[in-house]
Amino acid sequence: MVAVGLQEAQVWELLEEIPDPEIPVVSLVDLGVIRSVDVQDGHVHIEFTPTFLGCPALEFMKRAIEEKVPGCDVTVIQDDSWSTDKITAAGREKLREAGFAPPAPRLVQLQSQVHKCPYCGSTDTHLENLFGPTPCRSLRYCDSCRQPFEQFKTI
Amino acid sequence: MNEPALLSIADDELFLGWRESEWTGIAPMLEEDVAFSSIAQNEIGHARALYQLVVGEDGDADALAFDRPLEEYRCAPLVELHLLDWAHTIARRWLYETADEIRLAALKDSDDPAVAGLAAKIDREETYHRMHAEMWHDRLKDEPRFQEAVADLWPYALGMLPEEQRGELAVRTGQVFPSDNLSLGHERGAHTDDLAPMWEEMTEVRRSAPAGAQW
Repeated sequence: MVAVGLQEAQVWELLEEIPDPEIPVVSLVDLGVIRSVDVQDGHVHIEFTPTFLGCPALEFMKRAIEEKVPGCDVTVIQDDSWSTDKITAAGREKLREAGFAPPAPRLVQLQSQVHKCPYCGSTDTHLENLFGPTPCRSLRYCDSCRQPFEQFKTI
Repeated sequence: MNEPALLSIADDELFLGWRESEWTGIAPMLEEDVAFSSIAQNEIGHARALYQLVVGEDGDADALAFDRPLEEYRCAPLVELHLLDWAHTIARRWLYETADEIRLAALKDSDDPAVAGLAAKIDREETYHRMHAEMWHDRLKDEPRFQEAVADLWPYALGMLPEEQRGELAVRTGQVFPSDNLSLGHERGAHTDDLAPMWEEMTEVRRSAPAGAQW
């Protein structure tokens, strides 16, 4: 695979193949962390935003992009352009299927504190711990199907 | 945005992150073990992002974090304290997050888009730290032991903020200070004896390989 001649759409396809290092059921594209892909005269420039700033997978993701798209430049953008609302619809569905409750849209979350169990769909759940195995997840418990589950934080 | 102000916040987040990580494995309950570990990870991530902003995209954030002489660190004495008591630990969390929200709000209004953007991103994550701190505050606020801890740390908390933001901190925390003297705090630059041992532990591995280790 050579970078020369890659079209923007092809770059997006390649990026779609890079799994999130901690939750491999979703890709970096599903997560919405690829902010832009720019192809100029055969040179590929990719802008990428971290989910959480303390995410230990940050360097790993950057390297994975560089390996997948040879010769590309990757810029890490530390601004406020990523929120959990950037996770795609496909990404949310993949998370739910894997047993992670996807983050509620910010506007919904601000108005209601309803959290749905990813297994049985019940909203009869309670918070066990705001913090979980990674910065992006909380721990909840479903009082309906009696199953603990991981809830993506809405940020 | 001036560099000393960004470094002050970065140093606060780095050293507080280190202090919070000291509860990993030994917090009074498993939930707090996880919470403090996660908060520590976030705070150190914020420090890294702020250092990177100061040194520029190709600069070495680690050098700024670990290689300065001790007297050049700009952290507030509040984050240096080696607290072994849970009441004091929670009091510091609550005071720190309350003060941090005030200064982040000011940074989000910065004319420099890079500063404002990063402050907004940090603030999103801090929302969860504040929820955690408020939950503990609500639980402990009527306990004399917690009230004493807040009183002990209050002068240190004042030292986190520039004078113009201290009144707001007093309002939000319900604490008081004489209106004719805003400088009661333990000010930045006046380091406590707890800083040197923490810095030595934090930088020990890095200093053991001055030429740079390959991991």
